[in-house]
Amino acid sequence: MTETIPTRRAVLGGASALAVAACVPAAALGQTAAQTSPAADFAQALKKAAGAATPQPGKVAIAAPEIADNGATVAVTFSVDHPMTAASHVRKITVLADGNPNPEVAVFHLTPRSGKAEVATRVRLAKTQNLVALAELNDGALFIAKREIKVTIGGCGG
Amino acid sequence: MTEPRVKLPEKVKKGEVFEIKTLISHPMESGQRKDAQGKTIPRLIISRFACRFNGEEIFSADWAAAISANPYLSFYAALTESGKMDFEWVDDEGKKFVHSTTVKVE
Repeated sequence: MTETIPTRRAVLGGASALAVAACVPAAALGQTAAQTSPAADFAQALKKAAGAATPQPGKVAIAAPEIADNGATVAVTFSVDHPMTAASHVRKITVLADGNPNPEVAVFHLTPRSGKAEVATRVRLAKTQNLVALAELNDGALFIAKREIKVTIGGCGG
Repeated sequence: MTEPRVKLPEKVKKGEVFEIKTLISHPMESGQRKDAQGKTIPRLIISRFACRFNGEEIFSADWAAAISANPYLSFYAALTESGKMDFEWVDDEGKKFVHSTTVKVE
């Protein structure tokens, strides 16, 4: 991996964070407290998941199809390039989605006995959106990855 | 409700990293759907999964409604001794689904 990719990601991440922040007041003005916008919910969920730490790009990878025909079941794999020893390991992987009715997807809790920081599952995506994975190490360091998945048929149907 | 399905090796080498695959039948009702009368169908999902080895939690997950129906989950483990592996899924109503197996470490 070259030096330019993380830098570019950091810039893009920063820009999208600003865009989300910019949306919040406008969205909040037009709605009651009980009815927040998905963008505001996502920003809040991301803030809650990150806590006091500032997530750095890198280490975390999200493997998923570029285009999902059926949003009701999209196979995704989250992996963190980090050893799993008692001294240093991945403690938590938090997964959020920025275009679902609720931003929370899953939180995986790992231990040194997890052997390898890799988890695969199937998720519902209401529409084309970004999946975001936050990996927290036992020393509190936080890493983030984002991946867009295009959805042909949404997965929250009724 | 069918039994949860869990796939993992019966025997592993000490410290070997091995994959555990799990699958359980559950509608994972998201709370977003409406019935024919337009009434919201209440959320009923499995919100918690845990894998314990000899009573100690080695991996767990908190799930939201965005996890697909009939949840599939795979993860890894590395062991230093033989023992009992317990898997537990708990839904919003507190209903538990369990599966147990033993793993022999050579």
